[in-house]
Amino acid sequence: MSDLRLNLMLAFILLLLLAAGLFLGETALSAAQLQQAFSYPNSGPGEILWSIRAPRVAAAAVVGGALGLAGAVLQGLLRNPLADPGVLGVSAGAGLGAALAIALGLAAIPGAIEGAALAAALATGLLLTLLAARFREPETLILFGVALSAFGGALTSLVFNFAPSPVTLAEVFSWLLGSVANRDWGDIGRQLIPMGIGAGLCAYAGRGLVVLTLGEETAALSGLPMSRLRAAAVAGASLLTGSAVALAGIVGFVGLAAPHLVRAAAGADPGRALTPSALAGAGLLVAADLAARIIPTDLELKLGVVTALFGAPLFALIAWRAARSWRR
Amino acid sequence: MTAALSLEQAVVRRGSRPVLSDATVSVAPGELVVIVGPNGAGKTTLLQAALGLARLSAGVARLGGHDVTQLSEAARAALAAYMPQERRVGWNLPAWRIAGLGVLDRPPAQARAVAEAMLARVGLESLAGRGVLDMSGGERAKALLARLLATGAPLLVADEPIVGLDPDAQLLTLDLFREEAVRGAAVVLTLHDLTLAVRAADRLLVVHEGRVVAAGTPTQVLTPDLLRRVFSLDGAVETTSAGPVVVARRAS
Repeated sequence: MSDLRLNLMLAFILLLLLAAGLFLGETALSAAQLQQAFSYPNSGPGEILWSIRAPRVAAAAVVGGALGLAGAVLQGLLRNPLADPGVLGVSAGAGLGAALAIALGLAAIPGAIEGAALAAALATGLLLTLLAARFREPETLILFGVALSAFGGALTSLVFNFAPSPVTLAEVFSWLLGSVANRDWGDIGRQLIPMGIGAGLCAYAGRGLVVLTLGEETAALSGLPMSRLRAAAVAGASLLTGSAVALAGIVGFVGLAAPHLVRAAAGADPGRALTPSALAGAGLLVAADLAARIIPTDLELKLGVVTALFGAPLFALIAWRAARSWRR
Repeated sequence: MTAALSLEQAVVRRGSRPVLSDATVSVAPGELVVIVGPNGAGKTTLLQAALGLARLSAGVARLGGHDVTQLSEAARAALAAYMPQERRVGWNLPAWRIAGLGVLDRPPAQARAVAEAMLARVGLESLAGRGVLDMSGGERAKALLARLLATGAPLLVADEPIVGLDPDAQLLTLDLFREEAVRGAAVVLTLHDLTLAVRAADRLLVVHEGRVVAAGTPTQVLTPDLLRRVFSLDGAVETTSAGPVVVARRAS
């Protein structure tokens, strides 16, 4: 399938999911109410549609797209179908930043939690970039990532341990579970600049990914500035992940699963898989958030819980089918 | 004439242990040089040092007369192409895409034409559209060889290019490298098969315990004394109607 056709098809599916996310929800709106919402945005149904659902759906799409793109770049960079921002510790770093900010009582300051998450993701990414420049073997970077991830998790547990009150504990925990509920346009807007820079860096790194297919030494003699491309890939993925965590908390599996969904259609080329992975990630998360809203439960399901519940078995299925062609 | 590749008193250390000591090598355009030596002798390290992939503790590595540490990535790629021994391929790209990675700077249609021509040279044209991870190890090695040939670089370096190939493919591979030398490229290979090394090489380099211990025409170099000292073999190069053959058994 050509790149353009694949991307158009995925964009069309995403549009359908966005529309579904807008029109379906906990509160069912009748046709008349929908008409009212479109004619009078300030009416009750209009409020539901434009101030509650639309930003929520947009946040899910933006976060999913960022995570899908970050996962695709990291998998290509490390030539490893298991790589994603979670494995490399970027998510854990961002989660730790947010947890610290909440525990220190900064939650009341607007943007403090988001800023802390983004800064911590960037710090993790910077560390990974330094390590990526120093050690060329992808396995080494994954090992460091696993160590960083475990360490970030341990420090987050420490924050739990010293949490001043059960309220703080609940707040941190709720953040770590991930959600796009109650986000407004300002929350989304603030993440667009770091996400845009991250996406730009990933697009720049894309041309180096296919060369890395043949290993570090062949890539080093391919004529491309590999050390710069590698640093751009890690930095771009960190920015994307950091802003995704800042907007929605920790949402797993999207970065891992999205590239697998599109890999075959993109001709196994890790560079060509970037845009399709972003579109697929956005679609996945919009669908997951819709599921979180319409599955009838007393307490609304958290987005991170839904992606893990559906994502883990789905991923196992993909892994089962793809294992044959991974690596020999 | 400027040497395509040269090492001057190069030293490479892993930790404090020298894995390449005082290596001085020069390869001219049009020359096919084969490096032989026992496992762990330092053959791969020598290639990596020459290409700027291993850091030198002392000495200089030059490609086309330029210090390799001063070359930009693009300039280095224009002077040399490398096929490492490691044949792991990350993703299941079709063979023509793999071969096309040798000509990244060409427009896609032209790159594809070059890739298919090179796949035909290695005898893989019928599998051009097949994913390299759906191939046998030998077929995949041919696709990687096609990528190396596609670069058309003035220096081709291949580490163990014939490992895992059937006898016909081994001879074909060495013939293709000879064709490249005839077109004027400098070719550097490492081989374990001494008979094939003797037949293929213009000049043979013997590496032992991190040092270049002998260099010269194959029949001059592979003396019974050297075979015993370096390879622990009792044997000699014998001339037969089919060409020279290294006859040997383990030294007692």
